[in-house]
Parts: sequence; structure tokens; C-alpha cells
Amino acid sequence: MNPKVTTHISHNESLIFERSHPGRAGFSLPPLDVEESALDEIIPRQLQRDDDLAGMPEVTEVDVVRHFTRISTWNYSIDLGLYPLGSCTMKYNSRLNEKVARIAGFANLHPLASEGEAQGALEVIYELQQHLAEITGLPGISLQPAAGAHGEMTGVMIIRAFIDARDGKEASAKRRTMLIPDSAHGTNPASAHLSGFTVRTIRSTPEGLTDLDHLRELCAHGDVAGLMLTNPNTLGLFERNIQKICRIVHEAGGLVYMDGANMNALVGVARPGDMGVDVIHLNLHKTFSTPHGGGGPGSGPCCCTKELEPFLPVPRIVRTESGTGVPARDGSVFKLDFNQPQSIGRVKAFFGNYGMMLRALAYVLTHGHDGLREATEAAVLNARYIAHGLISDYEKPFDAPPMHEVVFTDKRQARKGVHTLDIAKRLIDYGFHPMTIYFPLIVSGAMLIEPTESVGRHELDQFIEAMRSIAREAFEDPDLVLNAPHTTRIGRLDEAAAARKPVLRWKPVQTAQAIAE
Amino acid sequence: MRYIPNSPDERAEMLRQIGVASIENLFDSIPEDLRLRQDLKVPAALSELELLAKFEQTAARNAAASRISFLGGGAYAHYVPTIVDHLISRSEFFTAYTPYQPEISQGTLQAIFEFQTLVCQLTGMDIANASMYDGSTAMAEAVLMAERVTKRSKVIASSAVHPQYLEVAHTYVQHAGIELHHAPFDSTSGQTPNSAFDSIDDQTAAIVVQSPNFFGCIEDVKALSEKAHAKGALLIVAVTEAMSFGLLRSPGACGADIVVAEGQSFGVPLSYGGPYVGLFATRDKYARQIPGRLVGEAYDKQGRRGYVLTLATREQHIRRERATSNICTNEGLIALAATVYLETMGRRGVQQVASQCAQKAHYAAREIAKIEGFTLPFSAPFFDEFVVRGPVEASQLLDSLAREKGIDGGIALSRFDSSRPNDFLVCVTETNTREQIDALVEGLHSLSH
Repeated sequence: MNPKVTTHISHNESLIFERSHPGRAGFSLPPLDVEESALDEIIPRQLQRDDDLAGMPEVTEVDVVRHFTRISTWNYSIDLGLYPLGSCTMKYNSRLNEKVARIAGFANLHPLASEGEAQGALEVIYELQQHLAEITGLPGISLQPAAGAHGEMTGVMIIRAFIDARDGKEASAKRRTMLIPDSAHGTNPASAHLSGFTVRTIRSTPEGLTDLDHLRELCAHGDVAGLMLTNPNTLGLFERNIQKICRIVHEAGGLVYMDGANMNALVGVARPGDMGVDVIHLNLHKTFSTPHGGGGPGSGPCCCTKELEPFLPVPRIVRTESGTGVPARDGSVFKLDFNQPQSIGRVKAFFGNYGMMLRALAYVLTHGHDGLREATEAAVLNARYIAHGLISDYEKPFDAPPMHEVVFTDKRQARKGVHTLDIAKRLIDYGFHPMTIYFPLIVSGAMLIEPTESVGRHELDQFIEAMRSIAREAFEDPDLVLNAPHTTRIGRLDEAAAARKPVLRWKPVQTAQAIAE
Repeated sequence: MRYIPNSPDERAEMLRQIGVASIENLFDSIPEDLRLRQDLKVPAALSELELLAKFEQTAARNAAASRISFLGGGAYAHYVPTIVDHLISRSEFFTAYTPYQPEISQGTLQAIFEFQTLVCQLTGMDIANASMYDGSTAMAEAVLMAERVTKRSKVIASSAVHPQYLEVAHTYVQHAGIELHHAPFDSTSGQTPNSAFDSIDDQTAAIVVQSPNFFGCIEDVKALSEKAHAKGALLIVAVTEAMSFGLLRSPGACGADIVVAEGQSFGVPLSYGGPYVGLFATRDKYARQIPGRLVGEAYDKQGRRGYVLTLATREQHIRRERATSNICTNEGLIALAATVYLETMGRRGVQQVASQCAQKAHYAAREIAKIEGFTLPFSAPFFDEFVVRGPVEASQLLDSLAREKGIDGGIALSRFDSSRPNDFLVCVTETNTREQIDALVEGLHSLSH
């Protein structure tokens, strides 16, 4: 007889609202230690809340801890294993960096504290800027943008402000075209649009690189403000004509913006500034290992040439020899500089995602120059190792050797009706998070794999073996793949139905009696 | 490097296996003249001990971090239950990516669904997104959304909105064909009167108001919503001190169409201004115009309930330049912190904290107003922040208060408006004891007389 099968209790964890019970409390506060006024005397009745916060949960501390601990087990995470999302750079998030960000002198510092009383915090910003300038070869830096797309918006607005200043408003108004390759991240066109540009798409060549002839043709219209280019591009290939590309755009009067999403392939090996790039954003939550946290926070520093520096967001952080506060060891004092008349303005309140800057600086200093280069080498080697391991079982649409990520397709498996989505879902049964799927859009059935440096050979072999096994299953037992995953708490969810009649929040179940009342 | 699993030997073996002669050859696709021939000018690696010592020393130069503080103005010191940091520090949450694969991301997805629900409950709105970068960018996105919804191009914002929020809004809309006008606040009440928005017309997309506003004054949101709606414009309400939701009538109940807020008050450390979390809520009918990610309920074939990212056709990865926003990464982990905070404090905890903030702030205001030469220039009701006018220059007074008494007594408004040399903004929360408040009052008295 089979033992009775039951579902594990953690699999049935409901919404917190469904656990709520009037009278439960998870908090304790000290008693009020000032004379209490009647509420109506300090805040007029009609301005007071009148719904008694109905529906908000009433639970104990134990309820909350068990609730989140249970639902956390439904997540995959880097600490569990390889998380090969292409273009996402899911590398190890050091606990040391977390500890640094929680040092009381940073964590408890109010952003409107006076400059003199926040010298340590300003020094951290300044120091990280110096390192990022060295890594990118671009000296003008703002750490204010909160994420990659925010950095893109900042960079593109800088291009616009520069051209306005260079050509005058009238001539500049005729330069409203932003060129973006067809392989780009969706944030690129969206950011360009926010800055008032019209997007024109550049084709990629069959080799997966920017089509120079098409670029020349588009530049010949005379209306090009700039080019937004990811390098290595989203196919994982280094744009080997990058210098020529920059020259073509510059000769046409435009500027080159580089999407730094793929900097993990370049740190310590080559610098965008040396390639002719004018402005770039970095993703501290990718290349510099700050945790992605299930969707943020990120940090998207914007780095630019000396020429573009006056257009960066305010305030800038500057170093001087005199001022208030305890100076740094070398005598430096840091100040906020708001006097930048050409600045595009502020893109975020205060100074950006400061906690991420601390973690990124800790990353840089823990690695040192050797370690930064070593990480790049290991990341590229791991991607090449996967490319080598999968070539016999999956279609690799581009011949060129990849950098830090590699794209394969489902072309061979599709003949059996097994598509990229199915392969991704089956990979879950083998204990891996799937790769990025159906991106870049120009590759049909794309599977973009980025292992990063944070994975050892043994695990790479396991991943390769899992992928090869799925390729065999696709031919021998396609249904097994088509119905995957088989090992998770829930199966594939009906996303189409969810979008047709969206339920975006919990609401109390209305009993017939309550409705009647 | 201890974060890189493969040893140099293993890497050499891997190179051999894939038929690449040397590490340098991995980079053959980069033109020779672009490859760095020397080390980056970044210091050599620090050990864990050295690194911690360095950061501890640097942190020690942030004198303000350890002071008794009455600073607010968009970032607030509130008590954070111990479990918040413990729970968000679980690997399963903090080392996960955006939940693109729902079968193995249900923990994150359910937490976001709970977050969206809590934001709706607090703001009194129908729907909320999975978060924005912060309150300031949320407000800017609300302005852009109002233009999309109404197809009108004029927006009138109260000048009592946080000055940095106004700056960010200006940056965001400068190329969007939106004219941003300012409605002056009343210098007696500290509120923005209805008449300040008299330039509203049938080209006006939205009225933007912050309540409590930058000076702490509670605005008449209901009257402003009527003003906006009479012309077919939307009312956008921004809130920087989200704890006020615990006590004040929700913007939704007052007729707001879009509510944005800074969620830092809910369990998020000050951390010199970020990362924080932007709350964004609106009406059901605008679901397809909202920026950012949304999580919705979904079912699998066996009828089991789960959660997925939904209405993605609004977003940049599908709609590209026609997306409702360029946002991709948001503030997931900080939204989680706010969720854990709100669930731990719960309905009664949030109410009690809000009540203590208001009681203590009003006690402080009464005591400060008793000092000779000090007044409260604005008459409007307030929550936990208020403006004080002293007999001397506020920046000097506050500097000496910090230096001599170890108290950060407020924010000198001259930093934002040179015509207010003697005014400063004081914020009192549940973390300030009576003893601290009395010390502030004593300090203000002794240093100005």
C-alpha cells in the first residue's frame, strides 16, 4: 500500500490577508510619553481616516516570519545555483557587501544631513565615481540614476542637451533621430522616446553585428542625434567595428550611447571610452554584483566624456581642500555642487540608490584590479565552455565565438513541436533557473545563456548535461518536455486568462449577507 | 579571487577542452588596439578585515548618523521591527531576479501581490503597481500618465510639493511636450488654495498636490479633486510621509485619480537617500495606462492559484518606444521590506505609529511655540512635520544646535528658498522621546537668547 500522500504545509501558504485574525498583533510600541491631545483638536475630523484601515492584516510576529519563510521556498535564487539569465549577469551577491551597507554610520544617515556631517558618505560616492571612470575610460559620472533604464534616460537626455547647446535649438530640432539596432533591449527605444527622439532601427548582419552599410545610409539623412548600442551586443558578440561605428556616427554629427548591460565581458579588458563611446550607463546590480532582490533595487550610473560632463544631473559631488566636517585621510573635503547651468536637471530625489553604491564600491575594492580582470576572464570562459558543450545538440545561429553570453535556438527541437518555452520549463525540473528566452527578438526561439564567473566547472557540466538530456527528450518523449515543469509546486499558469480579466489585488470575500447589508 | 569558483588550474583545463590556447585568446574579437595593456588604476584587493575597517572609518565621518534627529523632508526615521531585515535577507528573496519564470518565483510574486494590495488599502485606490524607483520618479511618471490618459498637455503642480520632486518632474517632462505650471501656496495657511489652480482649463491634464505637503501642511484634497474633475483633469496626490496614511483620510477617499508616495517610512533605512520605494496607485479604468510591473492572479491546469506578471503589453520589452514607461528594474527588495513592515505592524500598528507621530509632533510644536521669538508661521493642520520660524538665521541656529547639543533640529528652508532665512522644517516621529523633544526645545531656547 502506498503511504498517504499529502501536500507539504509550506505549499499551502495562503495570502497574509487570509491568515489575518482580529486582535492578533505583531508589534510593540513604547507608551506615548507626551500629553495626549484629543485627536479632533489636532487634526480636524474630516481630514481623518474614516475606514479604520479595513482589510489590512492583523497577525503576530510568528505568523509573519512563517509566512515569508514558507513563500520564500517557492523561489529560485543565485545562492541555490546557476541562474543563467542572459543580459542579466546574475553573479554571486557577497554577504560582506550587505554588511557594509548596514554599517550604522551609513544606514542611519539622513539624506538632508548637512554636507559637513556626511563627509564619509560623500567620499564613498566620489571614490566609486573615480573607479567607474577608470573602468569605463569615461571621466564624467553621475550615480543618481536608480536603474539601467534610468541611466539610459539620463544618457540620452545628456545627448539631447549637448546637441541643443552645440547647434542651437533650431538646428537641434532637426536632429531628432535615435538609431537603435534591432537586437537592442526594449528599454533603449522607450528611453529614447522619453527624451523626445524618434527611433529608427538598424539592421543586424547575418553575422549578428551592426550593419555598417545600413548605419551609413541612416546617417546620411542628417537628422541623427545618436546611436544607442550594446557592446558586446545582446547576441553576446563584440562589435569589432566599434571604432568605425563611432566614427560614422560622429561624422554625421551624432553621439554614441553605449548600453552597459554587458560590461561583465569588458571590465579590465577594454574600455568604452577608448572605443569612441561618448556616454554609457552601468548596471551596478549586474556587473558590480549588487543583489537583484527579486526585481530591484538597481543602480544605473551614467558615465560620459569630459565634453558631456556639464550636462550631467545635479548635484555633482566635488572634492575641495577646505570646508566643514572631518576631512578624509588625504585632507579632502567633499561638497555638493548645484551650480551646473547646463545640467539636464535632477533625475531622482537625493543622490540615487546610495546603498547600492556602498555594495558596488565594496565589490571593486574586494576584487582589486587583478580580481576585476579575473572575473571578466572567468565569465567569458564559462560562456565559451557552455557554447562548446551545447553546439552538438542545439542550433547556434551565429558562428562568431561569444563573449560572456551565448545564444542558441530551438530550431532543431521545434521540428518535434518542442519550443524554447518548453525547454526552459523542463530545465526547471533539472534544478536550474532557465536562461533568458525569446530575446533578442531578432533570433527566432532565442535562448540567451549567461553563466557569469560565479559558477564552477562541475555545475557547468551539470547544466550542459541537463540541456543535452532535454534535447534527447525532445526527440524521444516530447510530451515530457511539453508538459514541464513536473517538479514544482504549481504548473504553468494561464497567463492569457490572467491578462484578460486582471485580478491585481486581494479583496475580502463578500458574503451574501454583507452584500445585502 | 574567492568569489570565483574555478581555480586557475581548472580554467586552464577548460581552455584546453574548448581548444583555446590562452585566456587572452578569449578576447580575440576585440581589436588589438582596444585591449588594455596595463592594469586598471584601481587599488589592489582588500581582505575582508581591511575592507570592513576602511568602511567603518569612513562611516565614522558621518556625524549626523548618530545624532538625535528631527530631520524629515522626504525621508523619515521610523522604528523598524527586527524581523524586516532578517526576512528580506533570505537568499531566496534577495538573490532572486525579476520573476520571469513564475513556477519558481512564486515567493516573490505572491509578496508583490500582497504589496499591491497593501498599497491599495493605504491609498484608498483600486490598483497599484509593483513599485517605482522612489516617490519623486513615481510623481514624474504620474504626470506622464495623466498626459496619456487625457491627451492634454498642461499640468499644474502646487509649489508646496517637495522641491526635489518638482525638479525631477521637470526633468522627466522637458521633452514630452508637457507644460508644467506652478500653483503658489498660501503663505498664511501653508496650504495650496483652490484659487491657486484657477488657470485650469480644458487643456489641463492634471493638478498635482502633495499632502501633507513639503511644509507638513495637510491639503484640502477633496476640494482640489472637485476642482480638477470639473475641468476633466486628473488629480495626482503625492505623499512623502507614507506613515500619514495611518491617520489621514486616504487620497482615494478624497477623489484622487493617481496616488504616488515614497514608501521609505515603512521599514526602510534612511541610507543617505536610497534605495527607497515608490508607490503608485490608480483607478481600475487606468490599468492599461499604468507604468511599471503588475502582478496578477492566475491558475494552472489543476486549478491551483498562483501569481504572474501581467498586462505586460504596456511594458518596454514588448511595446518598446510606445511603452507606458521605460522602467524595467524597480525596487523589488525594498517593496518586500515595506510589505514585511506593513504586515508585521498590521492595521493597528500602523494606526498607533501614525497616532504617536502626530501626538509627539504636536507636543513639540506647542513647546517650541512657547519659546520667546519662535512662531509657527503656517496655520494649516499638520501630521508629523511643521515649519518653525526662529528669531535668527535658521542655518546658523541649526549648525550650533548640532555642534553644541548634538541635535539635528530640522532642515533650514533657506536651502530651498532664500526668502525664508529664519524658517526650518521640524519632523517628529515615534522614535523621538519626550526627553529628546525637551532637549530640542531647551537647545533652541538657549542658543537663540
